[in-house]
Amino acid sequence: MSQQSARGFEDLDLRPSGRLSPRKRARVTRGVQYVVLLAAVAAILASVNWTLMREKIFTLEAIRNAAPNIPHAFGNTLLYTLGAFGVSLTLGTVLALMKLSSVKVYRWLATAYIEFFRGLPALLIVFAVAYGLPMTLGVRIPSLFLKAAIALGVVSSAYMAESLRAGIQAVPKGQVEAARSLGMTHSKALIHVVFPQAIRIVLPPVTNEIILLTKDTSLVYVAGMTLAEWELSKLARESLAEPVGGLTALFAIGALYLVITLPLGFVVRRLEKSFGKAKA
Amino acid sequence: MRVTGLRKSFGNHEVLKGIDLQVTPGEVVCVIGPSGSGKSTLLRCVNLLEKPTSGTVELLGVDITDPDADIDKVRAHVGMVFQAFNLFPHKTVLGNLTLAQVKVLGRSREEAEEVAMRNLRHVGLADRATAYPAQLSGGQQQRVAIARSLSMDPRLMLFDEPTSSLDPELVGDVLAVMRDLAAEGMTMLVVTHEMAFAREVSHRVIFMDDGAIVEQGPAAQVIGSPRTARAKLFLHRVLHPTEIAEAELGETEPIDPVLDREEWEELHGS
Ligand SMILES: Nc1ncnc2c1ncn2[C@@H]1O[C@H](COP(=O)(O)OP(=O)(O)O)[C@@H](O)[C@H]1O
Ligand SMILES: [Mg+2]
Repeated sequence: MSQQSARGFEDLDLRPSGRLSPRKRARVTRGVQYVVLLAAVAAILASVNWTLMREKIFTLEAIRNAAPNIPHAFGNTLLYTLGAFGVSLTLGTVLALMKLSSVKVYRWLATAYIEFFRGLPALLIVFAVAYGLPMTLGVRIPSLFLKAAIALGVVSSAYMAESLRAGIQAVPKGQVEAARSLGMTHSKALIHVVFPQAIRIVLPPVTNEIILLTKDTSLVYVAGMTLAEWELSKLARESLAEPVGGLTALFAIGALYLVITLPLGFVVRRLEKSFGKAKA
Repeated sequence: MRVTGLRKSFGNHEVLKGIDLQVTPGEVVCVIGPSGSGKSTLLRCVNLLEKPTSGTVELLGVDITDPDADIDKVRAHVGMVFQAFNLFPHKTVLGNLTLAQVKVLGRSREEAEEVAMRNLRHVGLADRATAYPAQLSGGQQQRVAIARSLSMDPRLMLFDEPTSSLDPELVGDVLAVMRDLAAEGMTMLVVTHEMAFAREVSHRVIFMDDGAIVEQGPAAQVIGSPRTARAKLFLHRVLHPTEIAEAELGETEPIDPVLDREEWEELHGS
């Protein structure tokens, strides 16, 4: 290679071009954003009728009226969520394995199921399970718990299956190959090598699915329920019909949903962060 | 181990074009050749991680291409060491070494741990038994992977570029372990770019190019004075990487030909 003269940097113009340097400009923009925010908050606070607000969303009497039903409604919401989650996880696992099967018909069936139930509103499925099954097939599901678990679980399993499949497929191919080359059968490799690693990957989406299920239990009331079977949303609807309190019960019950879902959301974020770290 | 008329295609891309190869007990055979020439595919066909398109593979006296053969039983005694180690990240070093012993060979936990510790000592890592793979260096991980295979009482060991993803200063430890193994009479088929190792340890070197065995013989001959032009060019490039003239660039095939659509789908599923 021939010797070339070294190339310097004197020919480049590197002075800032505008009046403000990029860093100063960013600081000014941020200041403007704060001013806009403060103005908006002040405007809202000034325009609210506080006495009316207090009467409609914070009347102690309304909470007192609903109180006797709150514990079992809260418990039922949890119960229906758990039941639906059990169905969802079981069905979802079967569907995920079908999707990964080498038998084409299984893959096809699983895909059809998933596309079908992902495309329908959960409310419709609750109707179908509560009224459609007895009318068309003569199948009468004995308890509301089972109706909720089946209807919501069937819908949720479609999403669950996709999350589980993605988790299983996210385990590197080399893991199965290492397991197989040690003489493990396909199922031993799945059980001892793939699943334990997939569980870490699917925990965040699965926890998310529990949050969605918790909220979906608010649809079960269309199946018709006795007082003992009320869950939070049914209680909220009934409370709205009371003469006092306006939306108070609605707000209180909204807060109870958050008592369930916020910690779960926190868990999801923590899991995502810790698995992000463990990837190294 | 005996491979006869082995062919393998991915889609319409023929990667192995009729390989005949025999490795006798106690023999150490090194496979060299350019990237993409089918070395990995050959190794993967040998223990059926990849299904041959045609031809037969006989391992430990069993024709494993016969649908009636119990491939898992054979594989349990054929060690495979990967370029990417493929340790189980959710298990400790000891867990990595005992899992298949217990689940495949049916050994008791105590026996499996005893065997595991013996093999960890063998690769110089007995003190890391309780560590997780992520806490080990690449060189240590690869030695654990070798110990994991050894714990299954293998009669043949397959190595696919075991040192290619290691930092240069860690290569020596792994090669030392492999050299020991060879000295103990282990039958080994090793894909490698470590010419010094091939020269020193192997009984036979095979040069592969474009899915076929182009040249084979004692290391001194194949590496020292190759007969074919392709082997000469390849060895020149490996042994003297800074001497590649500008005019020579692009003279050989691109290292990893772009996959056509069909191959891509085969790789990634549809
Ligand atoms: N699973 C696969 N699907 C499609 N093509 C593949 C697959 N595995 C390997 N190949 C192709 O086969 C050829 C040989 O690959 P490989 O055996 O890995 O070569 P080497 O190990 O000698 O570098 C390459 O062209 C590669 O792209
Ligand atoms: Mg390779």
